[in-house]
Amino acid sequence: MEEVKLHGAWPSPFSYRIIWALQLKGIPYEYVEEDLSNKSSLLLQYNPVHRKIPVFLHGGKPVCESMVILEYIEEVWPNNPLLPNDPNERAVARFWAKFADDKGLSMWKMFRTEGNEQEKARTECQEMLRQLEEHWPAGKKFFGGGSIGMVDIALGGVAHWLPVIEEIVGVNILDPLAFPKLLKWIYNFKEEPIIKQNLPDQNEMFLFLKKQREILFLSP
Amino acid sequence: MAKSDVKVLGAWPSPFVMRPRIALNLKSVEYEFLEETVGSKSQLLLQSNPVYKKIPVLIHHGKPVCESLVIVQYIDEAWASGTPLLPSDPYDRAMARFWAAYIDDKWFPSLSAIAKAQGEEGKEAAIAQVAEGLALLDDAFAKCSKGKPFFGGDKIGYLDIALGCFLGWLKVTEKMTNLKLLDEMIAPNLVGWSERFCSHSAVKGLMPETHKLMEFAKMLQAKFKAPPS
Repeated sequence: MEEVKLHGAWPSPFSYRIIWALQLKGIPYEYVEEDLSNKSSLLLQYNPVHRKIPVFLHGGKPVCESMVILEYIEEVWPNNPLLPNDPNERAVARFWAKFADDKGLSMWKMFRTEGNEQEKARTECQEMLRQLEEHWPAGKKFFGGGSIGMVDIALGGVAHWLPVIEEIVGVNILDPLAFPKLLKWIYNFKEEPIIKQNLPDQNEMFLFLKKQREILFLSP
Repeated sequence: MAKSDVKVLGAWPSPFVMRPRIALNLKSVEYEFLEETVGSKSQLLLQSNPVYKKIPVLIHHGKPVCESLVIVQYIDEAWASGTPLLPSDPYDRAMARFWAAYIDDKWFPSLSAIAKAQGEEGKEAAIAQVAEGLALLDDAFAKCSKGKPFFGGDKIGYLDIALGCFLGWLKVTEKMTNLKLLDEMIAPNLVGWSERFCSHSAVKGLMPETHKLMEFAKMLQAKFKAPPS
C-alpha cells in the first residue's frame, strides 16, 4: 500500500476529522505535527492556495481541505463507509456535512471577536444548533445511523471544541433543555471508543486557546 | 421517466441554478423547471429547503436535494449510466472537489466584492483579487484538463460546471468596471475554455444574455440603494 501521511495540528478540529476517518477505517498513517505559528516549507509547498492544515498525502500526492480529504479517503478505502449507499441519503448526508462545515465556523468567529461582532457570531452559532436539533434524524444514535459517518465527523468541533470556547468566552449555548438530541449525540460521539481515544486533552486545549485569545486582544 | 418526476426550483439569473440544469442536460434527463419570482419564495421552496430557503432545489420522486454542488453529485450518482460528471480516478475527483470548493468559498465571493467595494482603492484591490483567482484557476485548468478542451477532459464535468456557471456574471462585472478580467494575460487557457463552455449544447440555452443580466443587476443595485421605506 502506498504511503499515507497527515500534516495536522493538535488543537485543530479539522485535523481530527481526518484522524477519526483514518482510525475508523483502520488505515495506518504517519502523523506530522505542524506548528501553525511557524509553518513548514513542506506545508506551504503542499497547500500553496490556502497554506493550512490538514494536508493529506497518499503516495506523496497532497489532498487539501478536510471535507475533500474525507471524500477521497471514503473512495479509496470504502470499508467501514462514512456515507450511505443510496444516492438520496448520500445527498442528505453531504448537505448536513456541508452545513456543519460552513456554520461551524461561527464558533471560531465567536472565539476571535468581542462586542457586537461576537454577539452576531453567537447568534449564528445558536441558530446552527437550533437547525441541527430541529432536523435531527429520529431515533438514530449517530447522524450516520448506528455508526459514525461523515456528518458526525464534520460536527466533531461542536462536540469537543465548542464547550471549551464557551468557557473561555463566557457563554452558555449548549443548553440541554434547548438541545436535548444534540447533547445526547455529543455524549454518544465522545464515548465511542475510537473518538474517545482520539481527542485532544480538554484542559490543555483550554489553556492553549485562552492564551491565543489573550494574544489576539493584546495586539495593538 | 416522466418529466414531472424531476423538478428544478430556480431562477434564470442565478448561476447556482445553472449548475443542476447543465448536469441534467448532460445526462439527457428531462425535467420541469419551476421559476421562482424574484423577491418572494414559493411554498414549495420553503417546504423543500427549510434550512436555507434558497434555490436551486432538485426534487426527484418527491424528495428534495439542496445545495448546488451536492445536487450535481446527486445527479451524477442517481443517473450513473449517463455520461459521468466527476472523473473516475479518486485523486482527480479530489482535485475537482478542491477547486470547486475554492470557487465557492473564495473566488465567487471575491467577484461579488467588486460591486460592494468602496472607493477607487477598494475597487482596485477587489479586482486584483479576482484576477489572482483567475490565474490560479488557469493553472488548475492546465493540470486538470491534461491538454483536453475542458476541466473534465474531453467532456464537460463537475469543475467546468462549478466555474462556468459564473461566466455570465463575470461578463457583467467586466462591463461595469470597464475591465477585461478573463484576459489572455491573466488566464490564457480559460479564455478558450469559456468560449467552448458557453457554446456547448448543454449550456447554450441556459447562459443568460449579458444585457439581460446587466438590467437585472442594475435593478438589484437600485433596490439596495433605495432609502428604507
